[in-house]
Amino acid sequence: MTSDTALPLLRVTGLRKHFGRDEIIRGIDLDVAPGDRIAILGASGSGKSTLLRCLNFMERPTAGRIVLGGKVIGTERSGHDGKIEVSYSESELTRVRQRVGMVFQQFNLFPHMTALGNVMEGLRTVKGMARDAAAAKAQGQLARVGLEDKADVYPSRLSGGQKQRVAIARALAMEPELLLFDEPTSALDPELVGEVLRTIRTLAEEGRTMLLVTHEVGFAYHFANRVLFIADGVIHEQGSPDEVLKHPQQARTQAFLARHNEFQF
Amino acid sequence: MYQWDFTPVLANSGMLAAGLANTLKVTGTALALGVPFGLGLALLRLSSWRALSLPAGFIVEFFRTTPPLVQLFWFFFALPILIQVEMTPFVAAALTFSIQSAAFFAEVFRAGIVSIERGQSEAARALGMTGSQAMRRVILPQAVKRMIPAFTERAIELMKTTTLVATVSYADLLFQANELAQKTFRPLEVFTVTALIYFTVIYAASLVVHRIERRMAISGETTVH
Ligand SMILES: Nc1ncnc2c1ncn2[C@@H]1O[C@H](COP(=O)(O)OP(=O)(O)OP(=O)(O)O)[C@@H](O)[C@H]1O
Ligand SMILES: [Mg+2]
Repeated sequence: MTSDTALPLLRVTGLRKHFGRDEIIRGIDLDVAPGDRIAILGASGSGKSTLLRCLNFMERPTAGRIVLGGKVIGTERSGHDGKIEVSYSESELTRVRQRVGMVFQQFNLFPHMTALGNVMEGLRTVKGMARDAAAAKAQGQLARVGLEDKADVYPSRLSGGQKQRVAIARALAMEPELLLFDEPTSALDPELVGEVLRTIRTLAEEGRTMLLVTHEVGFAYHFANRVLFIADGVIHEQGSPDEVLKHPQQARTQAFLARHNEFQF
Repeated sequence: MYQWDFTPVLANSGMLAAGLANTLKVTGTALALGVPFGLGLALLRLSSWRALSLPAGFIVEFFRTTPPLVQLFWFFFALPILIQVEMTPFVAAALTFSIQSAAFFAEVFRAGIVSIERGQSEAARALGMTGSQAMRRVILPQAVKRMIPAFTERAIELMKTTTLVATVSYADLLFQANELAQKTFRPLEVFTVTALIYFTVIYAASLVVHRIERRMAISGETTVH
């Protein structure tokens, strides 16, 4: 594992998530230290997106504890059968989401705003920044992803790769402590994947704490300091990229990697 | 061969103008109140709280499925018995058509809101917006653009439906036309001119809306992606 001195930025214990009677996340424990870059791999339907969505509370966990920056999210009470029940207030979750940014597979840019408008939106509406300050900051974020010349362009005129980079700038502008990426390149044409991965790699070099769900095994190998392999809603195998991606111990991890063996390290 | 003679109509054009003004007054009031109340009803109906969504749904469905003339008569003749106030034709008409429009606009708003992809509100929430911020900044601006055609259609329908107010002796354009026809014995000319007035006003209004729609399309994005 990583530096054992650093306090975890995020500590997840016993996380479970049901949809109706289906249990999708079945008990996940995870510590994320500042600066960790964690790649999450797993077959389709294994619960990777659901895990990420629980971490910024787009989905409310059914059970388990999430501690962000040393503070438990939600209010815990012991229920009648001795189990701990957690209740979440929407206003607390709204504050948590400001600290945990998310980048989506489908970009989800706001089509009625320019690239700059998209990046400014959170600064204006959520952080209440003045227009000029927000515009200046947003312009800076666009420059970081190499799109300073696209400030006035609407998303419909951007390529997929550019859209995703604007979406990354939009998340970065909020200065999140933790960034979640859910298959950020899966919706892209192959020739546009590289520019997005390069952008993510520069964030890694800045020491940002990131969780990345991806099917790009080669990228995961170079990007991550830790790799999780998820199967059936649990962490089936984890370790360094070398351990999990080059020398997997579990049969299911091996089988998964065999199906994604088109990459080179 | 019928001898057309528009001079009696032209000589009394003030009557028709007054009628048109009253028609616009009722239509305008119904739009001014119906749009915001319609938005309110739509938001209530979309609420996950059933104590809000069920009554809102009932109001919407009730006013969409009862004939407007029955509503008008109810407000004009029946409501005064309940609340013991004299109803003027204008108040009854404004009340009827405001509530009725609110019901129809509520459905237009609701359809527009639910047509926006889930990813939009998710992206807004992921930035830390509250539900109402996401609605105001992200969902509604996109929904409203998509709603313009349905909205225009409803507004035109509304203006035509307001002719019913003549039945409670509100001096709208149709009522005045009827008076004028009886006074001049020239119904053919009077109602021809009346039809042309409705056509001109409604057609001009829809042209304006169309232009606005086009301008919005140019300054950005009409649809998603
Ligand atoms: N809101 C929901 N309601 C009901 N079931 C859901 C919901 N969201 C996800 N699921 C189910 O949970 C399971 C895991 O979904 P999830 O999206 O987390 O998988 P994933 O690992 O991200 O898969 P993929 O690689 O295809 O993105 C799937 O069977 C899915 O149908
Ligand atoms: Mg997924």
